[in-house]
Amino acid sequence: MSTGNMNLTLQVWRQKNSKSAGKLVDYKLSEISPDMSFLEMFDVLNEQLITKGEEPVVFDHDCREGICGMCSMFINGQPHGPKDLVTTCQLHMRSFKDGDTIVVEPWRAKAFPVIKDLAVDRSAFDRIIASGGFVSVNTGNAQDANALPIPKLQADAAFEAAACIGCGACVATCKNASAMLFVSAKVSQLALLPQGQPERYRRVQSMVAQMDEEGFGNCTNTGACEAECPKGISLENIARMNRDYFTAKFASEEEV
Amino acid sequence: MSSLSKAFTSSIGRKYVMGLTGLFLITFLILHVSINALIFANDGGETFNIAANFMSHNIVVRILEIGLFAGIILHIIQAVMLTAQNNAARPEKYAYNKPQANSKWYSRSMGLLGTLILMFLVLHLYHFWWPTKVAVFSHEEHNTFHGIVAIFQELWVVVVYILGVISLGYHLLHGFQSSFQTMGWNHRKWTPVVRTIGIWFSIIVPIIFALMPISVYLGWIS
Repeated sequence: MSTGNMNLTLQVWRQKNSKSAGKLVDYKLSEISPDMSFLEMFDVLNEQLITKGEEPVVFDHDCREGICGMCSMFINGQPHGPKDLVTTCQLHMRSFKDGDTIVVEPWRAKAFPVIKDLAVDRSAFDRIIASGGFVSVNTGNAQDANALPIPKLQADAAFEAAACIGCGACVATCKNASAMLFVSAKVSQLALLPQGQPERYRRVQSMVAQMDEEGFGNCTNTGACEAECPKGISLENIARMNRDYFTAKFASEEEV
Repeated sequence: MSSLSKAFTSSIGRKYVMGLTGLFLITFLILHVSINALIFANDGGETFNIAANFMSHNIVVRILEIGLFAGIILHIIQAVMLTAQNNAARPEKYAYNKPQANSKWYSRSMGLLGTLILMFLVLHLYHFWWPTKVAVFSHEEHNTFHGIVAIFQELWVVVVYILGVISLGYHLLHGFQSSFQTMGWNHRKWTPVVRTIGIWFSIIVPIIFALMPISVYLGWIS
């Protein structure tokens, strides 16, 4: 399957489980095609390791088309590598040079414990969603389209926030391991739409409380999350969440 | 804990305190730099001393001064607590990190810049705030302008003051716009205006501050 001409040195984080200490291990790879995705390059590495009877590198991946948010590799100091607006599966080896050394680490955050090697446990995000990132609507037939008038700008902003795939790159790159970009996208996508209004101020309080409980850090507005987000989620969402949280805590009478 | 006290101890609540005290300290800087600029009247300190004496003796200003110190202390306490939480949020650091690819060094170094400003502030208070307090409580005459001229004769003092205001400038470059973002005041029309004002504020204010020791040292003002 190796058909290219790139020779690479990989330094990959190997860690047995969440309890044991990990370390970077060097692997030499040759004849890598520049047209391979970064994950396909890892597939080549793992096939080599299996052939040699060694334990393959564990890493998360699923759709391999840039929409699921599973592939969580911290590549040469950046989540999902050097390219903007891509996940690891959409990063190709042509973004690197022959002879490069590439350091690959897992997301590092207290709230994202390493499961094994490059795979981390991101269920903290699921618990934040479960704490309020939903609307309580009755099931039944779908409403007619456009039954609820929503201004175009509003609909677009909600859609942009909803593009968040929950990959955790924002947490990974933030110097404080803060989850504010993720949580604010999930708060915003509902706060911007009429369906989200009844639970708007309860939701923001619950989700922020859960975010704090999970042990994520605090936002210092460096903007690193926005720069690294594969879906281009905007810092405007964090400001919106701060605004809603302020209104909820100081103006709403609902205690959460 | 009541909902209100929870509001101030949550991650976002602590940031509100940082942002609001920061904005409050920015308003103080406007006052401070405006009064300082009176020395450029170059009238032997006459105009400047009228303002300086008012600021050190007026009862309303002295009460506001307590508020100012409370603001500084609150800003520092919140910063220490937030930083401790932030460090705890990533117990194992990256072996290879490239933060310069996605953020500015001064945005990431607010704690360091703040510490430098605090160290400078200790010297600054010893130079100018403490003598006026002594004068107020001993009911003696105090000529702040003469104090300025005497203190800025030494080169190392001038250099330390310049380094102090450079730290302040970079702290403001991040802090000014960041406080608006923290308070949720982000708007497609207004945020570019806030950012532009923030950049100019962070450049002009430290330059005016730095011009004082430089002008005195070079003998432009006496």
